[in-house]
Amino acid sequence: MNTLLDIRIITQRQLRLLTRVPEVLIFSTIQPVMFVLLFRFVFGGSIDTGQPGGYVQLLMPGIFVQTVAFTLAGTASGLAEDLKKGLIDRFRSLPISQSALVVGRTLGDSMLNIVVLVVMALAGLAVGWRPTSGITKILIGFLFLFLFGYALSWVGIYVGLSVSDARVVQNVGFMVTFPLTFLSNAFAPTTGMPRLLQYFAEWNPVSTMVAGCRELFGLQNEFGATAGSFPSENPLLMSIVYMGLIMLIFIPLSVRKYKNASN
Amino acid sequence: MKSVIAEDLVKTYRDGEVRALDHLSLDVEEGTVLGVLGPNGAGKTTTVRILATLLKPDSGRAMVGGIDVIKHPDKVRQIIGLSGQYAAVDEILTGYDNLVMFGELYHLGKKQAVLRANELLERFSLTESAKRPIKTYSGGMRRRLDLAASLIVKPKVLFLDEPTTGLDPRGRLEMWGVIEDLVKGGTTLLLTTQYLEEADQLADEIAVIDHGKVIARGTSDVLKKQVGGERLEIVVEAAHIEKTQAIVSKVSGNKSSVDAGIRMVSAPVSTGATALIETLRELDAAGIHPLDVGLKRPSLDDVFLSLTGHVAEEKEEAK
Repeated sequence: MNTLLDIRIITQRQLRLLTRVPEVLIFSTIQPVMFVLLFRFVFGGSIDTGQPGGYVQLLMPGIFVQTVAFTLAGTASGLAEDLKKGLIDRFRSLPISQSALVVGRTLGDSMLNIVVLVVMALAGLAVGWRPTSGITKILIGFLFLFLFGYALSWVGIYVGLSVSDARVVQNVGFMVTFPLTFLSNAFAPTTGMPRLLQYFAEWNPVSTMVAGCRELFGLQNEFGATAGSFPSENPLLMSIVYMGLIMLIFIPLSVRKYKNASN
Repeated sequence: MKSVIAEDLVKTYRDGEVRALDHLSLDVEEGTVLGVLGPNGAGKTTTVRILATLLKPDSGRAMVGGIDVIKHPDKVRQIIGLSGQYAAVDEILTGYDNLVMFGELYHLGKKQAVLRANELLERFSLTESAKRPIKTYSGGMRRRLDLAASLIVKPKVLFLDEPTTGLDPRGRLEMWGVIEDLVKGGTTLLLTTQYLEEADQLADEIAVIDHGKVIARGTSDVLKKQVGGERLEIVVEAAHIEKTQAIVSKVSGNKSSVDAGIRMVSAPVSTGATALIETLRELDAAGIHPLDVGLKRPSLDDVFLSLTGHVAEEKEEAK
């Protein structure tokens, strides 16, 4: 009971940080919206998707996934900052469940994604994105996106506690998420990639997430070398497996790391 | 009864390469203040972190309020307060929000947490800035808020790790006032510091630590006697050295010594500023104009020099 209360307090704290520093919310929203506009109008004209509605239909799920993937860097740098300032010592000296602190933090950080996703969806609708699958499936798609961000924020906890400098953490976060989001089907079909990268891209969790969301939003995905492979046939199932694996590995790792954390 | 007991604590870092604590033992009697005095890297922070359940020692035993720190850290956390070297409060939140959040995390309930937060803000003269984010606070205000956060549940034992390091003189005096009030209320306190003056001011007993162990302990009077109190130092023209020496010896009642190189005459004094004024008067009467005068208080270096024969070396603080 108390643990639930603690989780709630820490979640609230993470959310309150957003209201106190509105810049964070503004920039985490502006950046993906900028991506939507840039990709839509720069590449949108030259990539022929062969699907009704054009490139923006394929693009939106890709940008959604890329954006929630950045939760990793956000959680990691916030935690590294608190660690450096000694705030984590204070939390750890309190008579509360240690895991409540990390759970509250991952929840709070992931909730930022709800706001960001809503704003992005509106921006997408404004530039021609039209999901056709019906409200239930669309909502399930967003639930997947939220969960993916949540799973990755657990990786963020581990990274934040392992790399002590917040600026370095930010860079590490980008170095992990950028290649992962671009070596995928998020922005361009994988068929144009060298064969080896095609295999990587098809098995990449980002790709299964993107393909899964496209499916849920009522689109067909295109596959390259691994067409017919398990992840290309079952992107939603694979995404669930990936999220499960990430949490299975990183929840215990991160909680243990947190218990021994020191600045 | 002893509120804090540390026995034979050993802590090494980097696979034994750095020995932060080398069989350190100390204790604090209930309701008293122990000042742990030592240079950077002596093991002060490591000791506090172990006693406050943040770090596990390699070997040794630690009890706080009669509870084993290693076996029951969760129980120890219910009776301690910790305020660290770095003001550990949330910079973005306001002072009020910080205290309410910590109060809630202590499971006071929202209502009690709000009451307690207001009470503490009032007590530490922070009411006016309560609704401002911490990042707008001065160093001294931050420390006071940090201390307030460690007092939310009226801890039986309080640990303060270098509470005034980095503060300007005014901030330091304010902090001392706050800590003195606290101690009057009967809190058992373990305080670490790099300043002899601070330990002298606040602590009932002082433990001097160096290279991870206690090398001396006693009341500040006992330690000061070992060190020799204040010294009067007068720099004069070379021609006046002999006369000055005679005056200094007379006023201080102690044998004075001369450093010919810098033309400085010095002697230990027990009456402080009075001795200084009297010496100046006598020098003036003799027609001697000193080039420089000073009253040097024993520093941490002096304590170390007399206790260990070496000055306090700054080591890299093992984290």
